[in-house]
Amino acid sequence: MSARDRILGKLKAAAPASAGELPDVAAWYAAHRGTESVADKARRFRQCIELAHAEVYSVSRGGWLQKLYEVLSAKQLEQLLVAPGTAHGKRAQEELVPLGIACPAYDQPIEQWKAAMFTATPAAFTAARAAIAETGTLILWPDADEPRLMSLVPPIHIVLLDAATIHNTFYEAMQREGWQQGLPTNALLVSGPSKTADIQQTLAYGAHGPKELVVLLIEENPQ
Amino acid sequence: MSTPQTPHTLHFMPSAGFRARAKDVVENPFLRKSFRGAMDFLMSKRAAQFPDAEELESLRSLGERIRQYNLAKLPTLLEQLEANLTKNGINVHWAETPEEANAIILGICQKHSARLMVKGKSMVSEEIELNHAAEAAGIGALESDMGEYIVQLAHEKPSHIIMPAIHKTKEEIAKLFAENVPGVAYTDNVDALIQIGRNVLRQKFLEADIGLSGVNFAVAETGTLCLVENEGNGRMCTTAPPVHIAITGIEKIVEKLEHVPPLLSLLTRSATGQNISTYFNMISSPRKPGEKDGPNEVHLVLLDNGRSQAYADEQLRKTLQCIRCGACMNHCPVYTRIGGHAYGTTYPGPIGKIISPHMLGLEATATMATASSLCGACGEVCPVKIPIPELLMRLREESFSAPHANPAMRGQGAGYSRLVSAIWRAWAAVYRSPGLYRLATWAGSRFSWLMPANQGAWTTVRTPLKPAPKRLRDMLKERG
Repeated sequence: MSARDRILGKLKAAAPASAGELPDVAAWYAAHRGTESVADKARRFRQCIELAHAEVYSVSRGGWLQKLYEVLSAKQLEQLLVAPGTAHGKRAQEELVPLGIACPAYDQPIEQWKAAMFTATPAAFTAARAAIAETGTLILWPDADEPRLMSLVPPIHIVLLDAATIHNTFYEAMQREGWQQGLPTNALLVSGPSKTADIQQTLAYGAHGPKELVVLLIEENPQ
Repeated sequence: MSTPQTPHTLHFMPSAGFRARAKDVVENPFLRKSFRGAMDFLMSKRAAQFPDAEELESLRSLGERIRQYNLAKLPTLLEQLEANLTKNGINVHWAETPEEANAIILGICQKHSARLMVKGKSMVSEEIELNHAAEAAGIGALESDMGEYIVQLAHEKPSHIIMPAIHKTKEEIAKLFAENVPGVAYTDNVDALIQIGRNVLRQKFLEADIGLSGVNFAVAETGTLCLVENEGNGRMCTTAPPVHIAITGIEKIVEKLEHVPPLLSLLTRSATGQNISTYFNMISSPRKPGEKDGPNEVHLVLLDNGRSQAYADEQLRKTLQCIRCGACMNHCPVYTRIGGHAYGTTYPGPIGKIISPHMLGLEATATMATASSLCGACGEVCPVKIPIPELLMRLREESFSAPHANPAMRGQGAGYSRLVSAIWRAWAAVYRSPGLYRLATWAGSRFSWLMPANQGAWTTVRTPLKPAPKRLRDMLKERG
C-alpha cells in the first residue's frame, strides 16, 4: 500500500459522516463590509498603500505617461523594463525612448538573460489587473506578455492602476471576477514594497523584492 | 487503531531537558528582555488591528467554521486537490513520515543534479529537518527568509514560528554577519544588515537549481497553492529557480477559493498585526508554453507526520484547525518567559504543546502540556477558536493516566507513575469522605512540626509550607 493510500485510509476511517452546511462567507461580508463609490475606494486604497510605504500619483487617462517620465527623472532612472506586448508597455516604449529612457523589453525566456535581470535592471513598469481598497492591495496577474519576475526582481516597480477596477475587499474581487472558474499560473496580491522586521522588530524596506513601489492611479478627476 | 511507530526524533535539541533549558532562559536577563519586548510589540500590533470586538468575534467564528468544515471533508478534499493540481501540471507526492518527505524532496533534487536549493520560510521543512537531510546528501539548502537566514548562519533553529530570529539582538546579528559573510565589516544598522542579506541572497536566487517553499492554504476547487509573506523571498523561491517544490501538512486545505479571504485576514492581523501581508502569492501551475519565467516543474509534498492521529479523535482534531499565526505564543506568559528554544520542538508555545505530541509521541513530550498556567489567553486570541486550554488538559490526561489498550495517542501513559497515581487516589479519597477528611486535617495540624524546612524548589524563594496549628473546624468550635 502506498503512503497515499495509508494516509487517506486513516482519514477516511475517522472522517465525520457530514461536514454540515457550507460556511456562509457571503453573509459575513454582506454584514460587515459596505460598498463605496469609485472615488471613496480610490481614496481608501491610496491611504492604505501609502501607509505601507508605496508612492501614489493620481493621473488622468491621457496624462499618466508624463507622470511616469517625471517619476523616472526624479529617481534618475535611465532604463525601464517594459512589456511591449501590452498596450501600456508599448506606449511607454514608444514615448519614453525618444526622451532618452532606454526601454528594454522582456521578450525572451528568463534563462537567456537571468544574470542581466538580477544585476542590470533597475526598474520595471507593469499594469495592475485590479486592486483592493480595504487593504491597499494591487492585484497582478502576470502572463506571457508581462512575466512574473518584472514585479519582483528590479529594485523599483512602477504600476499603472485604473481606479475603476478597485474592489472593496479581496472577497469581492474574486467573486466579481469569477476567480473560482480558473486562476492563471500565478496570481499576486501586492500591498507595498518588500519589507521585513526580522531584526529586532525594526522595519526595513527592500528585503528581497522591490525597495520602491510606485503606483500611477488613473482617476476621472485626478487630484 | 494504527500500529505504534518509532517517533521521529529531532537532531538539534532533544525534547527531554525542557526544564533545564527553561531555567537557563529564565535566568538570562537579556533573553527575557528580548522576548518580553517582542511579545508586547506583537500583542499591541494585533490589538490595534481588531478595534471592533463584534467584528473580531464573528470573524473568528467564521474562521472556525471554515476550518472545521474543511477538516470534516479532509480526505475528499485531498483527493480533489490532487486531481486539480495534477490537471494543472503540478506533481503531487504523499509522505507519512519526515523520512519519506525528505527522500521525495532529495530524490527530485538528485534527478536534476541540483547543488543548491533556496528555501522560503517553511515550518514543515523545519519539522522534517530538511536542511539536515540535504546536507547529508551533499545538497546545499539555504534559508532565504531574513530571520531564517540569520538563524541558519548561527547554527540554530527558529525560536518563533513567524519571527524566527526574535531571540537575537542586532548586535549579535552584526557580529554574525561580520564573521560569516565575506567582505562585510561590522555594522549594527538594521537597514545595512538587511542590505547585506539581500545582496548575498540575490546571488543565490540567481544560481539556485531548486526553490523550496511552504504553503499557507491549498485550494482544492482550483488546485492552487497560496503563500503569505512580506519579504519577497517566497516569490523568489517559487519563481526564479527552474524547479519549485512546495511542502505542506495535509490539514492546510480549503475546498473553496472564497474560504481564503477570511482566513488570510485572520492570519495576518493575528500574526503580525498587519491588515494584509506585502505579498499573497497564488500558484496554480508550472510555466505554460509561451510564458517566459516561472519554474518548469512544480511539486507538492503532502505530509502526515502524526496529523492523521490527531484527526482520528474528535476533540484532538481541533488541533488541525491551526493556521500558524503564532498569536497563542505571543500572548502566552510561559512562552514570553522561556522563549521558543526551551521547548526543544519545531513548534513552540501553546500550539507546539498540542501539536508536537502527535509528531514526536508522548514519550518525548509528556511534560510539555504541564508547562502552562491554563490562563486561557491562547484560546482567547486563537483566530480559529482552537480550545487550547481544553486540549492541554486532555494531553495531561493522556500523558499521566495509566497505560491502556487502544490509546488515542502514541505514547499514552508515558508520564504515568504508580506512586504519583497512588498519592492522587489517596487525595481524592480524603476529599470524598468527611471522616477521612477530618482525620487528615487533624493529623496535619497535630504533626505540622514534621514538615521539613527544605521543601525543594518551593523553599528556594519562599518560606516553608506548614499546616496551621488549629483547624478552621476547631476555631469555630471554640467560638461556639
